[in-house]
Amino acid sequence: MAAQKGAQTATVSMTVNGKPVTGDIDPRTLLVQFLRENLRLTGTHVGCDTSQCGACVVHVNGKAIKSCTVLALQLEGADVLTIEGLAPPNGPLHPMQEAFRENHGLQCGFCTPGMIMTAVDMVRRKGHDLDDRTIREELEGNICRCTGYHNIVKAIAAGARAMRGSATTSKAAE
Amino acid sequence: MYAFTFHRPQTVRQAAGLLAKNGDAKLLAGGQTLLPTMKLRLAGPPQVIDMTLIEGLSGIEMSGRSLTIGAMTTHNDVNTSPVVQQAIPSLAKLAGMIGDPAVRHRGTIGGSIANNDPNADYPAACLGLGATIITNKRRIKADDFFTGMFSTALEPAEIITKVSFPIPKKAAYQKFRNQASRFALVGVFVSKRGSEIRVAVTGAGANGVFRVASFEEALKKRFAPKSLEGMSIPADGMNSDIHGSAEYRAHLVGVLARRAVAEAIGKSA
Repeated sequence: MAAQKGAQTATVSMTVNGKPVTGDIDPRTLLVQFLRENLRLTGTHVGCDTSQCGACVVHVNGKAIKSCTVLALQLEGADVLTIEGLAPPNGPLHPMQEAFRENHGLQCGFCTPGMIMTAVDMVRRKGHDLDDRTIREELEGNICRCTGYHNIVKAIAAGARAMRGSATTSKAAE
Repeated sequence: MYAFTFHRPQTVRQAAGLLAKNGDAKLLAGGQTLLPTMKLRLAGPPQVIDMTLIEGLSGIEMSGRSLTIGAMTTHNDVNTSPVVQQAIPSLAKLAGMIGDPAVRHRGTIGGSIANNDPNADYPAACLGLGATIITNKRRIKADDFFTGMFSTALEPAEIITKVSFPIPKKAAYQKFRNQASRFALVGVFVSKRGSEIRVAVTGAGANGVFRVASFEEALKKRFAPKSLEGMSIPADGMNSDIHGSAEYRAHLVGVLARRAVAEAIGKSA
């Protein structure tokens, strides 16, 4: 949905992964489109595009939201964290990412960025000791069509424990 | 999505002015219903008025014997607020049953009530607790506010600013979820405050949320699940669709009302 010729545009400024960004966009632009098409941050995925699957989950002002269900223009001045901003570009993976790798918490990987952003938010709200029931309930809004969830649940429990005391915990939870 | 002009007013007065000038405009709160509806082109407002920059519309406070929640307060904030959890735990619990965690971080109480979706949870809480909906113009009792499916008493340039809930002595909400959408196939909110008993039902009625006078009368004698034993409501006027027949929904109203009363008095049904 790039701006059509002659269509009204509006300006939005926000912080994405610590960097100030500005865009002149069609008002219809969803946050996920702004991230993927304007900023070329394609780690955030569009799965269902109907706020059900959670592949598009990012953090806005420290809270997990579905970026397919918010207009970029609504987020003037907001602080956005995407999967690309979770760990330093050439540094080690974030503990939650590492836990997904260790526990084989993905197969095709399409839902994984949203799963990981949801998992980090889950730790912020529910702490580092997450039982299976809590994790499964909290994954209500994230759908995976490959794994059957078993290893995702294991990965999140392990990642939550690994985030304890880790420097990235507070960074990701900001 | 159809094209629209986007407005970002900074005060309720500015927003009301924009609404008054543009009859087809829509207010955008958390957007968890309006944006999906616009994406499906089921709604195509030429003007969208975003509430994000308006200050003072979110927050939770106890004032005297009632709990007041700002219209832009998110479901997550209601769910996790110690003030709500202490004053009306059933309301905090209900907010935590809406959508999923990410949706609860955006969706707002004012947006849900203004939309009056026949399957939404908050209308049941408002009607079941006898809430007052406060707008930029007046105070509207929940009994007068919900006027039918997707329809409310709100006038064209009227904006919900707060919702005020009297504190019940006992209350509970029971929700029977559609297994796929997780919306309420039927939800029943019951409360007791002094001699006032309320039983409000969402999800079931073809005309949106409603009260069940016969159940309320029965519970006046004794606020216990036994008072409702064998009682049900007529299937006339119930929704009937692929998810459940009118008869099934009418049956669930009785079952869930008994369970809600049991929960409210701390017993298992």
